[in-house]
Amino acid sequence: MIISDLFQEIYTALSANKARTSLTILGIVIGIGSVIAMVSIGQGAAGQIQSSIEGLGSNLLTVIPGVVQPGRGIVSSGRGSAQTLKNEDTDILKQIAGVAYVSPEFQRRFQITSTGGNNTNSTIIGVTADYPQVRNVSVEQGAFIAENQLRGISRVAVLGPTVAKDLFADADPIGKTIRINKTNFKVIGVLQTKGSGGFFNPDDTVFVPLTTMQKILAGDDFLSTIAVSVISKELMPQVQEEATFALAEKHRVDPQSPDFSIVSQADILGTLTQVTDTFTIFLAAVAGISLIVGGIGIMNMMLTTVTERTREIGLRKAIGAKRRDINLQFLAEAVALTFVGGIVGVLLGWIISIAVSSFAGIATSVSISSVLLAFGVSAFIGIVFGYYPARQASRLNPIEALRYE
Amino acid sequence: MIEIKGITKSYKTGDIISPVLKNVSFKIEDGEFVAIMGPSGSGKSTLMHILGCLDMPTSGQYFLDGHDISKLSDDELADIRMKKIGFVFQSFNLLPRATVLRNVSLPLMYAGVKKEERQRLAAQALAASAFPEKFWNHYSNQLSGGMTQRVAIARALVNNPSLVLADEPTGNLDTKTGEIVLDTFQRLHAEQGHTIILITHEQYVAEHAERIIHIKDGEIVNDNKNHNRRIINHYKIT
Repeated sequence: MIISDLFQEIYTALSANKARTSLTILGIVIGIGSVIAMVSIGQGAAGQIQSSIEGLGSNLLTVIPGVVQPGRGIVSSGRGSAQTLKNEDTDILKQIAGVAYVSPEFQRRFQITSTGGNNTNSTIIGVTADYPQVRNVSVEQGAFIAENQLRGISRVAVLGPTVAKDLFADADPIGKTIRINKTNFKVIGVLQTKGSGGFFNPDDTVFVPLTTMQKILAGDDFLSTIAVSVISKELMPQVQEEATFALAEKHRVDPQSPDFSIVSQADILGTLTQVTDTFTIFLAAVAGISLIVGGIGIMNMMLTTVTERTREIGLRKAIGAKRRDINLQFLAEAVALTFVGGIVGVLLGWIISIAVSSFAGIATSVSISSVLLAFGVSAFIGIVFGYYPARQASRLNPIEALRYE
Repeated sequence: MIEIKGITKSYKTGDIISPVLKNVSFKIEDGEFVAIMGPSGSGKSTLMHILGCLDMPTSGQYFLDGHDISKLSDDELADIRMKKIGFVFQSFNLLPRATVLRNVSLPLMYAGVKKEERQRLAAQALAASAFPEKFWNHYSNQLSGGMTQRVAIARALVNNPSLVLADEPTGNLDTKTGEIVLDTFQRLHAEQGHTIILITHEQYVAEHAERIIHIKDGEIVNDNKNHNRRIINHYKIT
């Protein structure tokens, strides 16, 4: 039996009952299609999160008060509740080799009102002049907070674009006055739009000098975060370690169980990747179940076919077909079903993922590896679910098969 | 040449052993046209299965062209069937969704013959069984009974077998088309010298052969030359 004969046999057999063949293929199409679509949605979401995390600043270490409990991730840390970070910690961090900029931050929510009477509730962050370098933000209009405004405890504010729009609509906010917690501030700048970072929207924020924040607005002198930007990615583990020891010494605590935590971008990314990976695996597993159901459909059809074609099998054996020939023919039929289903399924999954990204706004990416995987899996399913029926066919006794009514 | 020596065959159902063939021996020379005749239950179908290498005898020996084939594996038997035996069945057993040419060349596909060669051999076999050329590309389920059986005969001949085994070839046909089929066998025998074994329960059909082996209750009761042979010979090749 040569390949072209095999193709002709498969075509003749599968086209004999087109409705049944199409429905069986449909089972595989849905299975493969959903695997492709689900994995692409999962991978797209992971990619989106990764790029937004990287957008928050490069080579960033974040020192936060309190302890990040293992297994609970950064989200559940007692952020802002502990008051262990002080202004002096900033100076210690600046002395560590490999540190480019240090940005001490103090954040709290306050009610903000504009002179026009609009008001909004937003996060106010007290920052230093190094904030834009560390956090990767830039000014759209006006200027950012400068060194002399820090020293002078100036009542000046830089607005995030969302806040600017909420308070002043389309008017130019520069030079206008806003009231934060009953204190007047002069607007000196507006930031460029950055987009939401997931948990925290940098656009919906107001920046004031750190000194002003601590002395006038909050009346406390601790910090909620110290962001440290490191010169290069390779130095990050080293800087993280040195910073831990230096701060632990300053706070007089054991470096093994400090009263602060240093989280690197890689940690945050790792945690989120873990979440999206779990999500992707879950979606793929659900889709995989439908693929198995499709495979059972193949097996069902092949078993029916073998019964229906018992006499034909008997005849083929009588005229010289060996077990291997019969086995190959029926196995190839099953693989052909899954292969056609695989091709159509990949196209369907692709279309679904494009539709999802254009209508639901979730970024999706169909990777070559998931397409290849889908083909591999569909061929594998054909072999697995076609094996048993093909074996049944090849083991038929020709005499009994020829007598079969 | 076919020679069987002391063939027995028994089937076991639970503890009961029922013998179907009891010590059957005969010899058929190349080019003979033999009818094996017997009522149903006589064991003639079992004998045909053994002669056709579809089944193995319980004991005894079977020599086909000098080779002992009573102790071969399934695949080795398939090989013998492919090379040396052509089958014609009562119920034709053609593939319904395949053309006449494809049905006839099917045994050659398993023999690994190249496509062009297959076409040539199939055309030759169809011509030999007097099958009209205008139907060669028809599907086999579009043909009449007599035509269908001639396709089956062509398929049996296509691998140039040592032995053509016909199991009740006229059983599903009316007398007239049955005669066309019997005529085809007679002509193949006379003109091309094929060895033909015809299995039947009808005296009338058996009388078309040169020699008749009567079998009853698993034993040969009579093995004689047919002196009143019917020759049809009035259906010309079309």
